[in-house]
Amino acid sequence: MSTTAATPQLGIYSQALLLRAERQRLIASNMANADTPGYAAREINFGDAMREATSGSSLPPLAVTHARHQALPGSGGMVAQVGYEVATQPSLDGNSVDMDRERSKFTDNAIRYESTLRFINSHVKTMLSAIQGQ
Amino acid sequence: MSMFSIFGISGSAVSAQAQRLNVVASNLANADAVAGPDGQPYKARQVLFQSQPQGPEGSAGVAVREIRQSDTPGRRTHNPAHPLADVEGYVTHSNVNPVEEMVNMISASRSYQNNVEVMNTAKSLLLKTLQMGQ
Repeated sequence: MSTTAATPQLGIYSQALLLRAERQRLIASNMANADTPGYAAREINFGDAMREATSGSSLPPLAVTHARHQALPGSGGMVAQVGYEVATQPSLDGNSVDMDRERSKFTDNAIRYESTLRFINSHVKTMLSAIQGQ
Repeated sequence: MSMFSIFGISGSAVSAQAQRLNVVASNLANADAVAGPDGQPYKARQVLFQSQPQGPEGSAGVAVREIRQSDTPGRRTHNPAHPLADVEGYVTHSNVNPVEEMVNMISASRSYQNNVEVMNTAKSLLLKTLQMGQ
């Protein structure tokens, strides 16, 4: 997603917020499927996804018009590569969700999401006070 | 906004776990039932979960695929004085294993709680997102 934010920082924060929301959704999906036989836990590498999202050129992302089209790396597209988690304790029914790990990741991600929101809020406040000059 | 699909994902999990709890309740209620005149005792039931793609790529909710009846033979006790004893004096009980059902119940209720917590967290994050920039 090519964001045309008011300031560069705001652009980075908005990408981070989107990725955090995406990761939150994946963790929620893992927790929902904690008892489903054969379910493989999904995860995104936040660092890589963030680098991918911010290192892109200012060009707009290539249009993906066919099911077999792939987004170019660094083309500015929102490309959170969804991978699979490695099971620490494999279970007999093929489910690879580790509930304790998921819970801690969920809390961690929620806090980071909220911190990103606070960064945005304080950035907006800074910008507003600069505009108003008071 | 991908966070909204958390409610669908966790909601499906909560409903599936509630169904599992219902089945456990039914099994436990019939744990002491004996075979009626037709010779058919109560059979323990188990829910089978299946993940169900929901929301954007990578996330999945849960659906109950089927409720399967256990085929293990029921416990038989020799009690000729029992009104429902067969010609040899044996009474056939249901094949419910109360210990198994209690474990199932605890597991279902923990999963239910986890998913409710996920929804609460998603709700508070979304409410904070609504106040962005204020």
